[in-house]
Amino acid sequence: MTDLFAARSQMAASLGFHIIFACIGIAMPLLMVVAERRWQVTGDALYLDLAKRWSKGTAIMFAVGAVSGTILSFELGLLWPGFMEFAGPIIGMPFSLEGFAFFVEAIFLGVYLYGWDRIPPRAHLWAGVLVAVSGALSGIFVVIANAWMNAPTGFTMVDGRPTGIDPIAALMTPAAFSQTLHMTLAAYAATAFAVAGVHAFMLLRDGRNLFHRRALELALWVAVPASLAQPLSGHHSAQFVAEHQPAKLAAMEALFTTTAGAPLLIGGLPDEATGTVRYGLEIPKGLSFLAFNDVDATVRGLDAIPRDEWPHVTTVHLSFQLMVACGSAMALVALWALLRAVRRQPLNASPWFLRAVLAMTPLGFVATEAGWMVTEVGRQPWIIHGVLRTAEAVTPMPGLVWPLVFFLALYALLAVAVAFLLWRQIVKSPDVAEWRRHYVPAARPAEAPAG
Amino acid sequence: MSWLPEPLLPHLLAGAIVVSLTAYVLLAGADFGGGVWDFFATGERRARQRALIADAIGPIWEANHVWLILVVVLLFTCFPAVFARLSVTLHIPLTLMLVGIVARGSAFVFRTYDSQADDVQARWGRIFSIASIVTPVLLGMCVGAVVAGEVQPVRPGQAFPDAFVRPWLGPFQLAIGLLALVLFSFLAAVYLCCEAPDAHLQEDFRRRALIAGALVFVGAAVALWLSRDNAPLVWQRVFAQRAFALPGQLVTAASAGTALAALWARRYALARAAAVVQVCFILWGWALAQYPYLLPPALDLAAAAAPERTLQLVLAALGAGVVVLAPSLWYLFRVFKGPVAE
Repeated sequence: MTDLFAARSQMAASLGFHIIFACIGIAMPLLMVVAERRWQVTGDALYLDLAKRWSKGTAIMFAVGAVSGTILSFELGLLWPGFMEFAGPIIGMPFSLEGFAFFVEAIFLGVYLYGWDRIPPRAHLWAGVLVAVSGALSGIFVVIANAWMNAPTGFTMVDGRPTGIDPIAALMTPAAFSQTLHMTLAAYAATAFAVAGVHAFMLLRDGRNLFHRRALELALWVAVPASLAQPLSGHHSAQFVAEHQPAKLAAMEALFTTTAGAPLLIGGLPDEATGTVRYGLEIPKGLSFLAFNDVDATVRGLDAIPRDEWPHVTTVHLSFQLMVACGSAMALVALWALLRAVRRQPLNASPWFLRAVLAMTPLGFVATEAGWMVTEVGRQPWIIHGVLRTAEAVTPMPGLVWPLVFFLALYALLAVAVAFLLWRQIVKSPDVAEWRRHYVPAARPAEAPAG
Repeated sequence: MSWLPEPLLPHLLAGAIVVSLTAYVLLAGADFGGGVWDFFATGERRARQRALIADAIGPIWEANHVWLILVVVLLFTCFPAVFARLSVTLHIPLTLMLVGIVARGSAFVFRTYDSQADDVQARWGRIFSIASIVTPVLLGMCVGAVVAGEVQPVRPGQAFPDAFVRPWLGPFQLAIGLLALVLFSFLAAVYLCCEAPDAHLQEDFRRRALIAGALVFVGAAVALWLSRDNAPLVWQRVFAQRAFALPGQLVTAASAGTALAALWARRYALARAAAVVQVCFILWGWALAQYPYLLPPALDLAAAAAPERTLQLVLAALGAGVVVLAPSLWYLFRVFKGPVAE
């Protein structure tokens, strides 16, 4: 394994691990705030219990997200010092803003998790709102930094060095809107469907449990609109890619030859050596229409791209297919849920509906991972599109396979521990006395001095 | 205004980095110190000592940790060459430190939410406390490598140990690592004296604070002695250019003495204030000792700085950030760290 490939694998593993926790850290606070608000409005203690149980899961996931995010902020330099030296002054702004957003999120999550009996209910709800808003903002800022790598702006290259640096122009990279929208919706859709899936699972075991019925309803309130909006946002993203990153689009669609009225490829196994696709299903003129709103538009194929600037076609194409398949399934189940709601059919009355929701549990995260494979592998061989090659940015340190193995083992251990802990939280039926211990330290009555 | 340092913006942002680092040491440093005392929890009140530590750091450790992220972000935005060189030369200790940060944070949260059975708690507690000991040592060793002037660009053909191991693995670097460890432990013990709900626990942590405080003196002396051969710039600044450093040294010595005397007299709020001053002046003394170099002996503030436009915008963002952060942090600490029980 080359050092470059080891570094890329380590970065991919770190991002792939962190992104799950980041998504949950963005979307779970919204769910817990909605539940808490429902409690305050209805006075039904069930919603309070729900907010507390969801916040417990959030606490675990947020902590792992925070520490794995720390790994990433260091890894930017540990693996790609050439990139950071080049890009730091240009895209430091979104990272700085993200730092502050994350700071606010961490502060008020502490207030939220440990403050149930220390601050008034209204202040507690607002702490949760701040967590939800700053969580979404911090995700948006980080994705802007990535968007800049796809569509770099805010500098001019003179003799291989960036000059005339304008961080505001970099912040305004044209890729920012489509990417941040797509990622933020993904966070809500994936997380809320995973939560809905967990409660659907519990309802399949215990169909009349009111706790899980209410939980399923609230989760679907977030999952359904996000999943229905996501295909539209994806369409917008693809049109942006078609215009700005033709190599990426050609790899996504395994389009080897520049074609007018290009078909949309569904499935199929591309062969880079021969430039052909086997087993694919083609929808005539579909790609031209989707990419450029014109059935006869010419779509640039990989033959228009120098051979040494091709991304790995099979990886990008299959990841893209996987993402679209998962996203479509989620949108269909969301429609089903909407239909049941419109017809006023109780959600728990249909085991097939519950099974469908259960099947969605992992799909949002699979789609998210696949989508990042498309974005990142599709940009190769560039780390900054058209400006800096990944190979030029990698650290000179040899033996990078060792930290790769090391971090893979660490992530595996963490994943097992988190899965075990969540399973424990999920299967345990709500037990007020048990969870209260976590929010009201036993040794300290609420009225005593806190210090 | 001729008394302002030139160029101004890099100085302001380097100052912001020093302030963030100070906050990290005073807050997150004490959280690591809490983990150290979790490891050394002894006697009949062992469980209550651990519970006090967990209550003290639970609501705030994640917010405290963000100061480090802020340091990293400011460094790569404002002084990108410094960040790149640090990341290359210190790849191994920084990686190990990351493992420590991950293990400490996740084990602490897992312990809070996992089964309350003793063996499960003990297992997570062991990971939490050992990671809390190892991480500050590695952080200190990285600082030691910088101070010693060992963080230099890798030359082509340089042997692996010369480029990636020797810069951070030496007696001076180890001494700074241990100094960081005892300093964090000292801070934690002093804070815990203030937060302990009863006199017995207060006595436990008072004893620990006195021991750690004495070790800080030993550690600082050893580090200074080793700096003569290993970090000539610091040695020179501290001992040869007395006028430059003397006022800071006097404040450091006076606050260190006050902290120990106040602990002895059981005046914990005073001890906490003195310990905070002491730690601030140790950090600022280090910053001043290597001024104007970010990576001694050659890379200075002006040479390493990002373009002016970037620095202006980051400074503006910092200003806006402070407006949001200051009240938020004030609220967090008011809710969880109320008035001191004397």
